[in-house]
Amino acid sequence: MYSAVYNQEADNNMVDLRANYDVIVVGGGNAALCAAISAAEAGARTLILEGAPKAYRGGNSRHTRNFRCMHGEPMAVLTDSYSEQEYFEDLMKVTQGKTDENLAKLAIRSSEECYAWMVEHGVRFQPSLSGTLSLSRTNAFFMGGGKALVNAYYRTAQNLGVDVLYEAQVTHLEREGDRIVSIDVTYQGEQHRLSPRAVVVSSGGFQADVDWLADAWGPAAKNFLIRGTPYNRGVVLKDLIGQELESVGDPTQCHAVAIDGRAPKFDGGIVTRLDCVPFSVVVNKEGQRFYDEGEDVWPKRYAIWGRLVAAQPDQVGYVIIDSKSLELFMPSVFPPIKADTLEELAGKLDLPTVQLQETIDGFNQACTEGHFHPTELDGLATQGLTPPKSNWARPIDTPPYYGYTLRTGVTFTYLGLKVDESAQVQGRTGPIENLWAAGEIMAGSILGQGYLAGFGMTIGTVFGRIAGREAARYASN
Amino acid sequence: MQAIELVNVDAIGEARRQIEICNACRYCESYCAVFPAVHSKRAFSDGDIQQLSNLCHNCRGCYYACQYTAPHEFGLNLPKALAEVRQESWESHTQPGGIAKLFHRSGVSLSLFVVLAAALLVWLIQIAPKSSGEGFYSLMSHNAMVMLFAPAFILPILLILLSLRGYWRTIGGESIRWRHVAGAFGSIAKMKNLSGGHGDGCNFEAEDAFSNRRRLYHQATMYGFLLCFAATSVATLMHYGLDMQAPYGFFSLPKLFGISGGLLLSIGTLGLASLKLKADRGLADARVWGGEMAFVLLLFVVSTSGLALYFLRETSLLNELLALHLGAVLAFFLLMPFSKMVHGFFRLAALIRDEQCKA
Ligand SMILES: Cc1cc2nc3c(=O)[nH]c(=O)nc-3n(C[C@H](O)[C@H](O)[C@H](O)COP(=O)(O)OP(=O)(O)OC[C@H]3O[C@@H](n4cnc5c(N)ncnc54)[C@H](O)[C@@H]3O)c2cc1C
Ligand code: HEM
Ligand code: SF4
Ligand code: SF4
Repeated sequence: MYSAVYNQEADNNMVDLRANYDVIVVGGGNAALCAAISAAEAGARTLILEGAPKAYRGGNSRHTRNFRCMHGEPMAVLTDSYSEQEYFEDLMKVTQGKTDENLAKLAIRSSEECYAWMVEHGVRFQPSLSGTLSLSRTNAFFMGGGKALVNAYYRTAQNLGVDVLYEAQVTHLEREGDRIVSIDVTYQGEQHRLSPRAVVVSSGGFQADVDWLADAWGPAAKNFLIRGTPYNRGVVLKDLIGQELESVGDPTQCHAVAIDGRAPKFDGGIVTRLDCVPFSVVVNKEGQRFYDEGEDVWPKRYAIWGRLVAAQPDQVGYVIIDSKSLELFMPSVFPPIKADTLEELAGKLDLPTVQLQETIDGFNQACTEGHFHPTELDGLATQGLTPPKSNWARPIDTPPYYGYTLRTGVTFTYLGLKVDESAQVQGRTGPIENLWAAGEIMAGSILGQGYLAGFGMTIGTVFGRIAGREAARYASN
Repeated sequence: MQAIELVNVDAIGEARRQIEICNACRYCESYCAVFPAVHSKRAFSDGDIQQLSNLCHNCRGCYYACQYTAPHEFGLNLPKALAEVRQESWESHTQPGGIAKLFHRSGVSLSLFVVLAAALLVWLIQIAPKSSGEGFYSLMSHNAMVMLFAPAFILPILLILLSLRGYWRTIGGESIRWRHVAGAFGSIAKMKNLSGGHGDGCNFEAEDAFSNRRRLYHQATMYGFLLCFAATSVATLMHYGLDMQAPYGFFSLPKLFGISGGLLLSIGTLGLASLKLKADRGLADARVWGGEMAFVLLLFVVSTSGLALYFLRETSLLNELLALHLGAVLAFFLLMPFSKMVHGFFRLAALIRDEQCKA
C-alpha cells in the first residue's frame, strides 16, 4: 500500500551495484515503475536503472495526463460506459488495422482493473480537466498529471524496497543464445556490468535521438521539436534490434503534432499545443495556404498537422487569426504575436507582406455568409478556393490580428520490440528466456500507426505489470 | 489605488508568467481553489494575481506535480511565486507599511517586542494598586486589565479592517452575501485547500509525500485560538452582563473553553513549528521564515503560559507567569496587523471573493 513515509533507502549512494538483483528494470517511466512494483510485490529483489537525473525522472510519462480505461458502468471519475468492443473499434480506426488483435484486446480488457491497482499504488484521479470534456467518458485523468503519478509510484516502489539509481544509462545488454547474461550501465562516469536473473526493458522510444530521426525521416527532422524527455534516445532499442531481436512498427514513422514554434527543443510538454488552427488561416513561409484548416474538429486533426507542417519549407507554418477568434480556444502558453494591420503582422512574423495580403484577401473573398458555430462542424465553408476551408471559414478582417508559428512536435516513435502476451521479448527463433519489455519500447505491436489518446499509459501499465510479475516468477525459479 | 502600486511589480509579474503557463496546462485543476479561479480567466490584472495569491494555501501539491520546475527553462514554482505576492499584498495594504515589513520579516524584532511587552507588564504589576480581587486579580485589578487590553485589541482590529477594505478594492470585491460567507467558512472549517483535493493532505514536511499533519496541526491551532478567544469573550459577558466575577471554577464556560483551547493551541503550534523546520524553505517566501517562526512560537508562549498560569496559580511563580502571559498576549494583540496573524483575515476575504466569482 501507498504510504507517506519517506524512505531514504533508495538514495543513490545506498545502492550496492555488486548486489545480486533478481530483476533489473531499465528505464524509469510509467512502464518501468509498474514493472518494478509488480516484481517487488512478487518477492523479487529489484533495481531500477533510470538514465535521467532525479529532477527529470519519469520520461514521457511525466508529461501525461490520463489513461484510457474500459468500464461497463460509471466508475469513479469516468462517466457512462466504454465497452471493449467500442474501445477496440476506436483503436482499429486510428491504426487502420495495424495492430495485434490479441495484444490489443489484452490491453483493453486489463485497463479496467488497472484503475483500482493504480489507486492502491498511490495514483489519484480527477474528473476530466476543463477544456477536455470530450474525454470524460473514455479517459481517467491523473490528479496533478503524470509527474504526480510518477512520484507516487517511486514512493511506493521505494517503500517496497526497490532500489533506484538515477543518471544510470544502460548502454548494452549482452545476449548469449536465448538469454541476457549481463547489462552494461554507465553510472557516475564509470562502466558497470550487472548480471541480474531477469531483465525488463522499458526505456521508451528513440524520438530524442534527432540524428536517428533524420536517418529515418529525412533531414527535415532536424527541425522537429521533441515534446517529451531528451533521455529517450533509443539506445537500448537499437542495441537489442542489432542483436537480432524481432522488431515491430514502421521504423521511419513517428507520431507528430503541430505545436507552438517557440516551444523548447525538448520537454515542452502539453502546454505548447495550439488549438486555434480551425479558426485560422495557416500559411507557409512563402505566405501560401497548403491545407484545409477546417476539415474536422481539432482533436481529430491535431495529429495530421505535424506532418503537414513537416512538409513545408523549413518545416514551419504560420497561423493567422483576427480578434474575433482570440477567445475561442484554450489559452496558449506564449502570447500570440499581435499587430494592428496584416502588413505589420507579416513584418513581425517575417512573412512576405504582399503574398500574405494576397492570400488573406483571396481567402476573405471566398468566405460565404452563414452561421458560425465554434464547437461543432458548422459547414461555414469557402467557395471556389483551393485548398478549401470546409468549416469555420470567417474572413480575417477585424484587427488586431494575431499570429503564431507552428512547428512539428514529435510525441513518440513507432519502432519497437516484438513481445507475446506475457510481455516476453521475441528473438528470431523464439522468446528470450529472461527478457521482458513494456511501454513505448514495445507499443509498436499494438499501435502500428496513429494514436488513441491515453492508450500509451494503458499499454505501459498493463504490460509493465505483466512484465514485472513474469520476470519475478522467472527469477524465483 | 495607491496600494496596488506599492506591491512589487516583479513578484506579480513573475506570478503572472507562471499562472499563464498553468492556464495552458491545467493538470493541477483539482488540488485547490486557485486553479479553477485561474481557468475561468484568460488575462490577469495585478488585483487578480493578488487574489490568487491569497487563495493559495501553500500546500505545495502543484510544485511537486509540476513537470516544469527548475532546471526546466519554464522554472515553475507556483507556491513560492504566490507566497511572495501574498506577503507583499499584506504589507502593502497595511498602514504603516514599514512596521508590517519589520515584524513580518524579522523574527528577532518580533521576539524583542514580546520581551519588551513582558517587561512592561512586570513594571505595571508592580505599580498597579493592589486590589482585593482573588487569584491574579489581586496582582492587577480587572479594571486595570480591561483598560490596558481593550484598546490594545480594538485598535489593531480597526487597522486590520482598514487593510481589508483596501484589499477588497484592489481585487474588485462586490457586496457580500450570506452565502458567500457560508461558503468561505465551510472551506475554512475543514481547511479544504490543505487537503490536496483527494483528502491525503499536502506536501510539506517530506517532499512529495502527502500528509494531513500540517492540516491537523493548523486546525488545532485555529480552533484552539478561537476557543481561547471564546473563553475571554464569555468571561467578559459574564462579568459585565451577568455580574459574575472571576475567578471561575473549572466547570465554568470560560475555564472549559480556555483550558481545552490552550491545550489545542499549544499542541498545534508546537506541531506547526516542528513541521516548519523540516519543510523546504524554497517553496514559500524565504524572506519571512524567521518572522513566521517567531509568530508561531509567540502563539505557543501565549497558550502555554496561560495554561501554566492556571495550573501553577497557587505557586510562587504566579507573579512572573502573569507578566509573561499578559506580556505575550499584549504583544500578540498589538502585532496582529503587522504579523502573520493577518493571513487568516486576508485568506478569509479571498475565500469570500472566490465564492462570489464562482456564483
Ligand atoms: C507531451 C506528451 C503528452 C502525453 N500525454 C499522454 C497522455 O495523456 N496519455 C497517454 O496515455 N500517453 C500520453 N503520452 C504518451 C506517453 O507519454 C507514453 O506512451 C508513455 O509515457 C510511455 O511510457 P514508458 O514508460 O514506456 O516510457 P517513458 O515514460 O518515456 O520512460 C522511459 C524511461 O526510460 C529512460 N531511459 C531511456 N533510455 C535509457 C537508457 N539507455 N538507460 C536507462 N534509462 C533510459 C528514460 O529516462 C525514461 O525514464 C504523451 C506523450 C507526450 C510527449
Ligand atoms: C480564515 C481562517 C484561516 C485560514 C484560511 C488559515 C489558513 C492558513 C494556511 C493555509 C496556512 C499555511 C500556509 C501559510 O503558512 O501561510 C496557515 C498557517 C498558519 N496559521 Fe492559519 N488560517 C486561518 C486562521 C488562523 C487562526 C485563527 C490562527 C491562530 C491564531 C492561525 C494560525 C496559523 C499559524 C500559527 C500558521 C503557521 C504559520 C507557519 O507555519 O509559518 N490561522 N494558516
Ligand atoms: S503547476 Fe505545473 S503541472 Fe500544475 S498546472 Fe501549473 S504548469 Fe501545470
Ligand atoms: S501550493 Fe497548493 S494551494 Fe497553492 S496553488 Fe499550489 S496547489 Fe494550490
